[in-house]
Parts: sequence; structure tokens; C-alpha cells
Amino acid sequence: MLVGLLIIVPLIASLLVFFTKGNTSRTVALGLSVVEFILSLVVLFQYKHNPDSANLALNCPWVESLGIHFAVSIDALSMLMVLLTTFLIPLIILSSFNTSYEKPNSFYGLILLMQMALVGVFTANDGFVFYVFWELALIPIYFICLLWGGENRGRITFKFFVYTLFGSLFMLVGLIYLYNHTGFDTGIKSWAVTDLYEAGKSLNLNQQSFVFWSIFLAFGIKMPIFPLHTWQPDTYVNAPTQGTMLLSGIMLKMGTFGLIKWLLPITPLALAEWGGVAVGLSVFGIFYASCIAIVQKDYKRLIAYSSIAHVGLIATGILSCNQQGIQGAVMQMLAHGVNVVGLFLIADILMRHTGTREMNKLGGIRSMNGNFSVLFLIIMLGSVALPLTNGFVGEFLLINGVYQYGPWIAAFAGLTVILGAVYMLRSYQAIMLGERKDSAVAFGSLASTDKWVLYIICFAIVAFGVYPKPLNDLAEEGTKAILTYIK
Amino acid sequence: MKGLFIISGLGVLAMLAEIFKFKKLLYPLVLIGILAAYVTNFMEWNSNFSIPMFSNMIRFDNVALAFSGVILVTAFFWFILANDYFEDDHVTDHFALVLFALVGALMLTSFSNMTTLFLGIEILSIPMYVLAASRKRDLASNEAGFKYLIMGSFASGFLLFGIALIYGATGSFDLMAIRSFISHANGDLPAFFYAGVLMILFAMLFKVSAAPFHFWAPDVYEGSPTVITALMSTIVKTAAFAAFMHLFLVVFGGVSETWSMVLAIVIALSLVVSNITAATQQSVKRMLAYSSISHAAFMLMAILANNRGWASINAILYYSLAYSIGSIAAFTVLYNVSKAKNSSNIEAFNGLGKRHPFLAVCMVIAMLSLAGIPITAGFFAKYFVFSVLIGTSFKWLIMVAILTSAVGVYYYFKVIIAMYFKQEESHEDVTMETSHMLLLVLTSLFTIALGVVPNYVIEIFSN
Repeated sequence: MLVGLLIIVPLIASLLVFFTKGNTSRTVALGLSVVEFILSLVVLFQYKHNPDSANLALNCPWVESLGIHFAVSIDALSMLMVLLTTFLIPLIILSSFNTSYEKPNSFYGLILLMQMALVGVFTANDGFVFYVFWELALIPIYFICLLWGGENRGRITFKFFVYTLFGSLFMLVGLIYLYNHTGFDTGIKSWAVTDLYEAGKSLNLNQQSFVFWSIFLAFGIKMPIFPLHTWQPDTYVNAPTQGTMLLSGIMLKMGTFGLIKWLLPITPLALAEWGGVAVGLSVFGIFYASCIAIVQKDYKRLIAYSSIAHVGLIATGILSCNQQGIQGAVMQMLAHGVNVVGLFLIADILMRHTGTREMNKLGGIRSMNGNFSVLFLIIMLGSVALPLTNGFVGEFLLINGVYQYGPWIAAFAGLTVILGAVYMLRSYQAIMLGERKDSAVAFGSLASTDKWVLYIICFAIVAFGVYPKPLNDLAEEGTKAILTYIK
Repeated sequence: MKGLFIISGLGVLAMLAEIFKFKKLLYPLVLIGILAAYVTNFMEWNSNFSIPMFSNMIRFDNVALAFSGVILVTAFFWFILANDYFEDDHVTDHFALVLFALVGALMLTSFSNMTTLFLGIEILSIPMYVLAASRKRDLASNEAGFKYLIMGSFASGFLLFGIALIYGATGSFDLMAIRSFISHANGDLPAFFYAGVLMILFAMLFKVSAAPFHFWAPDVYEGSPTVITALMSTIVKTAAFAAFMHLFLVVFGGVSETWSMVLAIVIALSLVVSNITAATQQSVKRMLAYSSISHAAFMLMAILANNRGWASINAILYYSLAYSIGSIAAFTVLYNVSKAKNSSNIEAFNGLGKRHPFLAVCMVIAMLSLAGIPITAGFFAKYFVFSVLIGTSFKWLIMVAILTSAVGVYYYFKVIIAMYFKQEESHEDVTMETSHMLLLVLTSLFTIALGVVPNYVIEIFSN
């Protein structure tokens, strides 16, 4: 029942927010998203206490004759993803307090609607429900980008929408194909995730390859993986800051999460056959995106490309299909979610305070606002995965896992650490240090809400860098559960 | 069965209204009559199941009743949309023509003899020719009617010739007799029988405007008055599909190897041609015409999966309901917008999101449904079609359908982008009647409800 509440609360919250006006919208939205966060902590407590509790699973028939059940449940993996979502949404809402959006009720209502769909994606235990939530998550973000985005938003958000819809339709076909192969022994077709796993394993290599690529396409576009990434930089740059945070912080994880739960256990043969190609694409994407990131002038665009590089490493870890690789990927997904929200907030703060994100026009901000420079530094170090920050654990495990898969690939993937340090440190240097440029003069002090968001993010970065055990235990448990299905 | 009588009676009544001077009463009478027809239709469910009537000319089994239900619901919505249409001159003629077209549509759901099929198609088509040309001082409307008549008669000729050839081979007009003849012949059928099947196929493809038999459709849709276009793309289409399904799933199912490949090619062609052409249209009305060709192709895909039994029939039923409701909503918005701005081009929708948020939201729901995005009815419609087709050897068609659906999203979203993103140039206010608002609320709720609880429709027939 609790898990049902997790989905229903944001839905009700979003409906409530639609009926508010002006500044009350954001306060109500913030309050309700905090309620959702507390609820997810209750779920965590319950899960720690008794993972098999009936409170953590919901299964009621939806379209009985087609074997579609509204089945959602919490396991270790989905618990982590739900926590990430419910933790980030209040921060994302809080970070918007210094920007005034037109029609705030629709803006915050759509964010909360998006939260409902995201929680649904992460908890779904039925292929059909997964697909419906997956598509549903696309509608609010489309409108957020379309209505509150920057210039050229019509064309860019449209490209984004068509890209992702195209991928998801292929996923739908892959899932229907699996569904048609369920129930060989019983004759009853079912969408339940375990039945889809069974069906996937009963297929031969050719059939599995078909399913693998049709589903991989959807996840690859969502993450995005080279060469399916062309929608991403423009969309990230043009979306409103909160939209970018949603896209990169949480929505990107839909793809990697899907890869772990909805692809690896379904197509083991195809993975053995085609995994190398997918890994090759991911690793090349790391290199490619890092190189482009180095030459970017716009800071927001730089983060967008760094995100492609990070997700490339995550995908490589997942596709290497061993304990360390997947566990590292899960840890890195959490760390990247938190860090990238911080980085995009910093880009937004720069824009608001100086009127530009061009790095050659920025410089010497440290001397104007030392506090900000420390917070920026912590987030930046978290994202280059320095030891004692949250990024380190995941990246260490990832490289370790990829090494087991292939030492050369690990060497190549390890480039992300070096190249990441190059563009991250260089951008920090350009923006914060050096000569004080004109744009930095009026930088002033940070707004209190921005400060709070940065404090919370920095706290999370350091806290889970020093003591990652609680998250790591859950990630290990989740990975083991998935690996038992694969083996 | 009684529904058919009630609608026929209403048609006769409409003609008498001019003489006995109760024109004003006619509109409420027709609405009540359609509701009554729907209720009796509903009450006949499971009752006189499979009892043929009039020497086995018509048979209202559950499938016929279900499709009649879809047609009557759509007709009810359509009459709410079209209330203006019955206010100028020729009121009673218009009523009578529409009602007789409805009679033809109901016959097409329930025929069990080739002669009733032909009669149904003619009863449906002839009023439609007249209605298409009903704006008699408008050149485009005249052209539409004329084109529709010429091409329609041509297709009817094909149909008759096909029926004659099949009669020559089997010696019967009766559908069940033809069906058992096919199954007893064990493939030993004369060549002209197959020619007959293909001729009927082409005639039916013309009626549902699938490519390459679609050339009449965009011109006729655009030239006709908007409400008549709505009628053509919903009720006429549903009826034609009910007939198509009955003929090819039930009667000619035994010789599916003759027609299935032809049909598959037609579907692929329709998907590609309609979606690509729709994407380049400036007029929303014309865009909807091309989109209706693409939806026809989707419904044909369910017919192609003829080995899936009831699942295909369910898929077609659900699709036609979802599509009809979505179309009615889209046409209602289009009708009001084009009336105010005097243009049905995409620019007329600019800035609608700001000035008329209610209209815009309803249009968004309709567009999402037509584009097939969850949780609207259109998504489940596409899903059911995919799920019946994936079990056949025509999986490649699904790939074509997906590729072209992505194009489809482009033109449906062009409307959404125009409403929310573009600035409007002119400032004519869109004024709307309460009845139209109510209609939009109803269709939007219906679209979402069908998407959330599809079970009630999709589980109607089961093995």
C-alpha cells in the first residue's frame, strides 16, 4: 500500500498545485514534495525492517484478459532510484525560487506529475505499466521545455520528443514480442517482469537479438549513448534550468535503470553476442563527449557533454554485467544525479548573477564570493570523483568492473577520469579564478534558497563520500538480485 | 435491430417535418431518437443472438451490436457538434440525409448477404455525396460532392462486379453459404472467384480511403463543410470498417493468402504516403484528412491479422471508438477556431493556449490520443493493433508503422506547438456555445477514461 501512496501522492500534489495561483504554487509544491520525500524515507525504514512486507508491493488487475496488472513494488534497486527522485525533486523546486516563471501553477504541477511518472517507472513490476509510465514521463518534460525553454525551443524540444518517442515505440514492440512468448507451459500470457525474464530466456539468439536492439534503442536514446545523443546538448541548454535538472538528474537514470532491470536479465544470449558492440559505442561516447566538452565555451553545454561522458561509463559498467560493474553503475547513477543538479544550479546562478555562461567572459568570481567558490569546488570535485566525495565509490567500482570485462576497455574508459578532470578543473579555473572580469564585479552574495540547495547537495556529496555504506549495501543487494536472474 | 427501425423512422419523420411544420422540434427529437436507438441496441445484447432476419439478409449478432453502438455514440456526439448546420435552409433535407446515411451505416454492421452489403453501401454513400456538396454556392463544396460521386460510383461498380463474380463461382449471395463453399472447396476454386475477392477488396479499400485509392479523400474532406468532414471521417469510416472486417475476417478468411499480401502492401503504402503528405499540409482540415488515411491503415493492420480471431475484432472495435471520439473532439475545436478566424490553416491556432486555455487543453488531449501517447485511448488502440499483428508473419509492417508514427507525431504536435508557442496575429475571439463545451468535456473525459480502463471495451468479445 505504501508504494501505491508513493505514486498517488505526487499525482494528487500536482492536481492541487494546478489549482493554486502565483507564489503559493511553489510553496505548496515544495511542501508536498517534502511530504513525498518523508514518505519515501518511511518506505526505506519499512524496507530495512522487513523487505517482504505487503506494504511494499501492490498488484491489482488492470486489463485482466491481456495479463496486464498494475504491479509495483520496492526492491533494493528501485528503493535507491525512488530515494534519488524524491530527494532531488524538492531541491529542484527550491532551486527555482529565484526565477519567476509565467503560470507557476502549471510549471510546478508538471514537475510533480513528472515525479509521479518517474516513481512509477522505477517501481513498475509489470512490463506494460513500465512502458506506460515511461511514456507518461515524457509529456510533462515536453511541456516544461516547450513552454518555459529558451530560444528555438519549438524545434529543439520537438526533436527531443520525436527521438525519445521513436525509441520507446521500438521498446514497446520488443516488449510485446516478449509478452507473446510468455506462458508456454501454462498458456496464460502475462506482463509480469519475472515472466518476461523467462520468456526472454526461452528465445533463440536471433529472436533475442531483435528484442535486445529494439529495447536497447529506447534506453540508448534516453541516456543518451553515442550516436543517439544528438538531441541532448541542445535540449539541455534550451530547457529551463529545472527542466535540465529533471532531464539529467533523474530522467537519464530511467535509461540506465531500464538497462539493468529490463534488458540484462531478458536477453543473456544477445548480450553475449552484441554486448561488445554496445560497450564499444558507450566507450567511444565517453571519449567523444569528453573531447567535445573540453572545447565548449558555454558552461551549461559543457555540463551537458560531461553528462554524456558519465553516462557512457555507467552504461559500460552495466553492460560488463558483473557485480562490481553494475553496483558501481548504481552508485554512480546516484552520485551523478546529485552532482549534476548542483552543477546545473551553478550554471543557473552564474547566468542570473552575471548575465552570461560564456567561460571566457567570466573570471575571478572567487574574490567576489568565497562562499560560492567553496561550494562550487566541492560539487566540481564530486563530479570528477575525488576520493571522499560521493563520485569516487561508484567510479572506482565501475572501472574495476569494466577491467574484469576487458582491461583495454577499462584503460580507455579510465580516460573519462582524466579528461573529466581536464574540463572540470579548467572550467572552474576559468570561471572562479584568474583575473576579475567585468561580469564578476556585480556578482554579490547568493540568494538564501540557492545557498540552501548548494549546502544540501554539498552535504550529500561529502557525507556519502565519507560513509557510502548504507547506499552501497542497498546497491550490492540490488545488483545481486539482478545477477541471480541473469545467471 | 430496433435501432435500425428507429433511425429509419426518424429519417422519414425528418422529411415530414417540412410539411407538418415541426422543424424546431426536430433537433431534440433526433437526439432523443438516437439515445433511444442506443438503449434498445444495448438491450438487445446477447438476446436474439445470431437470429437472421428477412430471409437471412440481416443479422444483428453481438459484433454488429457493438459496432452499431460505436456508430450511435459517435452520431450522438456528432449531432451536438453539428447543431449550427441544421439552422440555415434545407434543415429537414439535411436531417433526412444524415439519418439515412446512419441507416446505411447500421446496415453495414449487420449485413449477412451480399445484396444487403451493396444496399448498405449505397444508402450510406448517396446521402454523403449530397451532403459533401451541401454548401451549394461554394465551388470547393461542389467539387467535393462531384468528385466523391464519380469516384464512389466507380468503386461501387467494382464492388458489384466482384459480387457478381463470386455469385458466379459459389451460386449464392449468402455470406455463410459463401464461407462454407470456400471451406469445402479445399482450394479448388475457379480463378474468377479470386478476381471477385480482389475486386471487392479494392472497392472496400476505396471506401476506407487507403492508398493508392485515397486520391479523392483530401479534396473531398477539405471541400465539404467541416461538420460533414467530421461525419465522413468517423461514422462512415467505422461503418466501412465493420463491413470490411465482416467480409475479410469472416467470409474470405479461408482464402486469406489471396488478399493478405495485397492488403499488406496497401497498408505500408497508406502509412508512408499519408503520414509524409500530412506532415507538409498547411491546412489542419487537410492534415486530419491525411491522418484519417493513416488511421485507416492501422485498422487494416488488425484485419490483416486474421488468424487472431476475436482479438482482431476487439482491436478494430476499440480503434474505431478511440479514433472516432478523438476525431470528433479535434473537429469540434477546428470548427470553432476556423469559424472565428475564417481559416482552417495551422496559423489560426496560434496563441490559442493563452487566449482559450480550455479549447487548447481539449485539443491537446485529442492530438495526444490521435498520436497514440499513453494514457489516452489512442495509445491502447495502437497497442492492441501491434499486439495482434506481432503474432503474424507481417512483423515488418509494425516497423513501418513505428517509423511513420514518429512522422505522425510531427504534424499532431505542430498544432500543439502553434497553440502554445506561436504568437497570434489576429485577435478574433473564438466564441463557443455551451453545448460544444460540454461536448469537448465529454470527449476528453471519454478519451482518458478509455485509456485508463480499456477493459470494458477490449474484453467485450473473448474466445
